[in-house]
Amino acid sequence: MAQTDAVAADLDSARARARERRRILVLVLRLALAVFIVGSWELTTRLGCAGPDSGTCVVDPFFFGQPSGIWSQLVRWVQTGTAQGPLWEQIAVTLEETVIGFAIGVILGIIFGVALGRNRLLSDVLGPYIKAMNAMPRVVLGSIFTIALGLEIPSKVALAVVLVFFVVFFNAFQGVREVDRDLLANARILGASQRQLSRHVILPSALSWILASLHTSFGFALVGAIVGEYLGARKGIGLMIATAQGTFNSNGVFAAMFILAVVAIIAEALVTRLEDSLITWRPNAINNPMTI
Amino acid sequence: MLGSEATGAAIELRGVTKRFVSPSGKSFTALRDLDLTVAPGEFCAVVGPTGCGKSTTLALISGLEPPSVGTVSVLGEPVNAVAKRVGYVFQRDAVFPWKNVLENVAIGPRFQGVNPGRANEQAREWIARVGLSGFERYYPHQLSGGMRKRVALAQTLINQPRILLMDEPFSALDVQTRALMENELLELWAANGASVVFVTHDLEEAIGLADRVVVITAGPGTVKGTYRVDLPRPRNIAEIRFQPRFIELYEEIWNDLRDEVLVSYERSKHIVAS
Repeated sequence: MAQTDAVAADLDSARARARERRRILVLVLRLALAVFIVGSWELTTRLGCAGPDSGTCVVDPFFFGQPSGIWSQLVRWVQTGTAQGPLWEQIAVTLEETVIGFAIGVILGIIFGVALGRNRLLSDVLGPYIKAMNAMPRVVLGSIFTIALGLEIPSKVALAVVLVFFVVFFNAFQGVREVDRDLLANARILGASQRQLSRHVILPSALSWILASLHTSFGFALVGAIVGEYLGARKGIGLMIATAQGTFNSNGVFAAMFILAVVAIIAEALVTRLEDSLITWRPNAINNPMTI
Repeated sequence: MLGSEATGAAIELRGVTKRFVSPSGKSFTALRDLDLTVAPGEFCAVVGPTGCGKSTTLALISGLEPPSVGTVSVLGEPVNAVAKRVGYVFQRDAVFPWKNVLENVAIGPRFQGVNPGRANEQAREWIARVGLSGFERYYPHQLSGGMRKRVALAQTLINQPRILLMDEPFSALDVQTRALMENELLELWAANGASVVFVTHDLEEAIGLADRVVVITAGPGTVKGTYRVDLPRPRNIAEIRFQPRFIELYEEIWNDLRDEVLVSYERSKHIVAS
């Protein structure tokens, strides 16, 4: 008995060691890939350069940027601020537009999705219009919003709302339609009123669909805010990109993209946290999809 | 044949036909000319081949579906909405996956406006009665199939139904758990005294549990025969099947049921072939 226990313990620790080795291997490979890509970018933009004309380099840093240049651009923004003011202010403005647009879009999407999902007549009447609006490239509405709502925050929020709304709406609608019929029947037999059905069965059931849409829709909110700023603004990361483009500063465009990527990754992590705290009842297998 | 029991019946279906129309416009008759009467406090098992409309019968009694022809009345009143004082245990798990055991069991009283404290108190009593004390905070996915069925039973029985409808409730359980659950159901029923309609395709289960077994024909379903089960109570499901009277009854009812099962089997072969 003691011997088999010892064998089992040995196997366990061997497995733990193997897992640890694999984790380190993945980390090392990830790092190596980043070093390879950034390194070859930097190298090709420095090779063959003759004199002040950057056009002679293998890859022209004037058009395609240069990692060291992007880095010094970031440092300059942090230390001395951007052309529109301090860097943190630009990030804060963009985030404010994104979060407000996201919140309004999500709430409207859920309300309309659940209402149309529950009401056949409403969905039959409004269905074609919603499909038509969804098929339209809604980013062009940004121009209207800039004209109508001006260069301040509201026009960007409006664009973010329009982009977020449809993603959440379709998921909420589908979520309501996919509610398990046995669960509905069970709740009715147990004495649920129509309102109680919505609250205790339909909403919780649709919630996993709605939450799944939040990941994509936060990205859409960010797109709405950035494109809105790009079309006309006084502050924000989108404006920084537009300014950098206007001065042929490709390093500036890349640096702003880098900031956006960091913001998006942090937001994604927050949405995942929100999802986990709202859906505690789900089996873990669904909560831990393969992470990329 | 059932006329003498019609007075003061708990459940009465008279000349009931149920047709479903599929979205493509095809109509399908699930039940034809069905008469069924269940006395107060009677445990009635309904057996029949797959697809004979057993579940439809329960949907009609519960008021989830209206009959196309005929009348359904429960506790002396015609059914025209989801009936009150009716409990329904589904074949698949119909407990709410986003509610823990306590919330699942307390939901019936909560729907009926009982205040949360009182509802939870009642729920704890019922959770103890089905042997799940200590699991109040667990979610359905953390429980075994048998435990989830106990939750479903407590959830249904907490509403003190006078009519209990059960749609192959134990068909997904392993044989041992099933026998345990059947014995527990009999105990709970003895304390509650509801009229039960228990749908199953398992004849052993039907005879073991019921006072009366009704055989339904291959669809469209109608009553082929009813058999009184005169085995003494209280019964132990695990042992009752060795009694000579049980075996007699089994043979008698099986003779009736076999033809219907064969009809249904032949049909399913044709569907596969075509």
